[in-house]
Amino acid sequence: MALEKITQVTGRGVTVAGDEIDTDRIIPARFMKCVTFDSMGEYLFYDVRKNEDGSDKKHPLNEERFQGASILLSGANFGCGSSREHAPQAIYRYGFRGIIAESYAEIFFGNCTTLGIPCFIATKEDIAKISAAVDADPSLEITLDVENEKIVFGDQSVTAVIRETAKKALVAGKWDMIGELKEAEAEIAAVAAKLPYMAK
Amino acid sequence: MGKSLFEKVWDAHTVRTLSNGQTQLLIGTHLLHEVTSPQAFGMLRDLDLKVAYPHRTFATVDHIVPTDSRVEPFADPLADAMINELRKNCAETGVTFFDMNTGKQGIVHVVGPEQGITQPGTTIACGDSHTSTHGAFGAIAFGIGTTQIRDLLATQTMALTQLKVRKVEVNGSLRPGVYAKDVILHIIRKLGVNGGTGFAYEYAGEVFENFSMEERMTVCNMSIEGGARVGYINPDEKTFEYLKGRPYSPKGEEWEAAVENWKSFASDPDCEYDDVVVIDAADIAPTVTWGINPAQAITIEESIPTVDSVKESEKAITAEALEYMKLEGGAPIKGTKVDVCFVGSCTNGRLSDFEEVAKYLKGHKVAPGVKAIAVPGSQIVDAICKEKGIDAIYREAGFEWREAGCSMCLAMNPDKLIGDQLSASSSNRNFKGRQGSPTGRTVLMSPVMVAAAAIRGEISDSREVFDIRETANA
Repeated sequence: MALEKITQVTGRGVTVAGDEIDTDRIIPARFMKCVTFDSMGEYLFYDVRKNEDGSDKKHPLNEERFQGASILLSGANFGCGSSREHAPQAIYRYGFRGIIAESYAEIFFGNCTTLGIPCFIATKEDIAKISAAVDADPSLEITLDVENEKIVFGDQSVTAVIRETAKKALVAGKWDMIGELKEAEAEIAAVAAKLPYMAK
Repeated sequence: MGKSLFEKVWDAHTVRTLSNGQTQLLIGTHLLHEVTSPQAFGMLRDLDLKVAYPHRTFATVDHIVPTDSRVEPFADPLADAMINELRKNCAETGVTFFDMNTGKQGIVHVVGPEQGITQPGTTIACGDSHTSTHGAFGAIAFGIGTTQIRDLLATQTMALTQLKVRKVEVNGSLRPGVYAKDVILHIIRKLGVNGGTGFAYEYAGEVFENFSMEERMTVCNMSIEGGARVGYINPDEKTFEYLKGRPYSPKGEEWEAAVENWKSFASDPDCEYDDVVVIDAADIAPTVTWGINPAQAITIEESIPTVDSVKESEKAITAEALEYMKLEGGAPIKGTKVDVCFVGSCTNGRLSDFEEVAKYLKGHKVAPGVKAIAVPGSQIVDAICKEKGIDAIYREAGFEWREAGCSMCLAMNPDKLIGDQLSASSSNRNFKGRQGSPTGRTVLMSPVMVAAAAIRGEISDSREVFDIRETANA
């Protein structure tokens, strides 16, 4: 299965500020009553973005000037909580192609990488700097340079970290692992044969 | 040098190193539920892939099942579509499905152990972050996303990065009225909501050795709330005793061999940990959350923190939490009015949870205006509670006794908070909107503390409400 090699992602940014933004906040559980991911994008951050009558609340994603943004900026422990892939699916289907945060929850990070979303780790200060630049000029282009682990915005740049395994997978176009996992059928059977509980 | 259980299980299940440096790990036991799996089966169909080891995947339905009436079709057409999709997917692929008519349905993390599917020295994964529960048996159990469910269905393996191991030792004896739930809330409070990122937690020490299997499950269940994807306890005689005679446990001469094999996975006494944390059991008191993540917790005797009292990095989230929870910093948490009380969930929905509460509930009544519901974690828990008359004690006290499911833990079924109701809950997450209302408020606590809140109509110290005292020789 040939996948796109994700060496860099470019787009405009928007900041959803705060630490500990959990997966229930990203996609409230009641919207997971579905058998496909197709409509997930509509419900991204729903309860902080919409009033109960469906009208808009004050939220960066509702601001005209940030429409079309594809790089999401946030705080520490982004995506904590549930393992629901509905969360990164909502982020992706809304139109985001990269995330910058101080840190990520483990399962969320893995789910994003599997969808080909680079998750960059930057310092609080650098995120604040990029956020300020985006706020001053929402049309500013941000580039997440996966290969060189840096974030370029306007004429500035900061170094950022992307976990080595994720970087390798994205750059090689092997972020969806199914092809590589399938190749090892014989080895899998050999390991399974040594484990009594795997017997039929 | 010796190895930890985590390393031994990891090594025994390693298939190979992948091109990105991750490990291709065999996952011997795959558990499924209706919310995170339908898309995975869809992906398999799109790629024309088959389920490689159907006899190692077990499914049940828990998140969306109504707990008041199980008559099908369900009132909610979306929920009805989800259960039928799972039925179809299991039937087509040969995956075992503990459906509602089997008498074995329940929350996936209650069903696995109950059936003897959860065993020491094994790897387990499920599209649910509370899969860490199964670590109570000395298994390495991972919560995973839907694409990884697809990977598991197609290959019985997935790509993982090896975790470091932190030993969390709790020594001494717990004071009366202090439960497993208080222990894990205390640990999360001390180590932080993301303190466990990159780690597996090995829970060790006298407290966990003395715990029953169900208490161990409560602790391992909430590992992820402290950021640790995996939490486990070394298997011992209690583990083997629990598993003996269960439907999927080894039988006859295979039993002895299995026990010997399971024992070999326990951490070696001379193994080195990446980190060790030691906690004194005597420092733990009945604990409740006051905020919007499980680390925002205090003992029942403490006051709610003020923005000024916390360190700089926590000021913003503290202010956010106080505003959302409509609580005042500096005020005691005790005495906060509650609207809804919930006993249940994969954290505290097992037989011993209901038994312990029933011990104290007799002769008490739920306060006027409080809605109290008890939701057994499985049909089997429900049946045993009914056999023992436990459900009657709850009903007599004014609780509604419901049918098995996840219910109000995440409110994907009709059990939800309304408006800004405040819920005293034995579940695992107090995130904004978690219990179904975008402004609903959740206070996490042990089941006995939930019962105390239900009776008083406000957050209370269960030791006072039920006269639970330190014994003279304690």
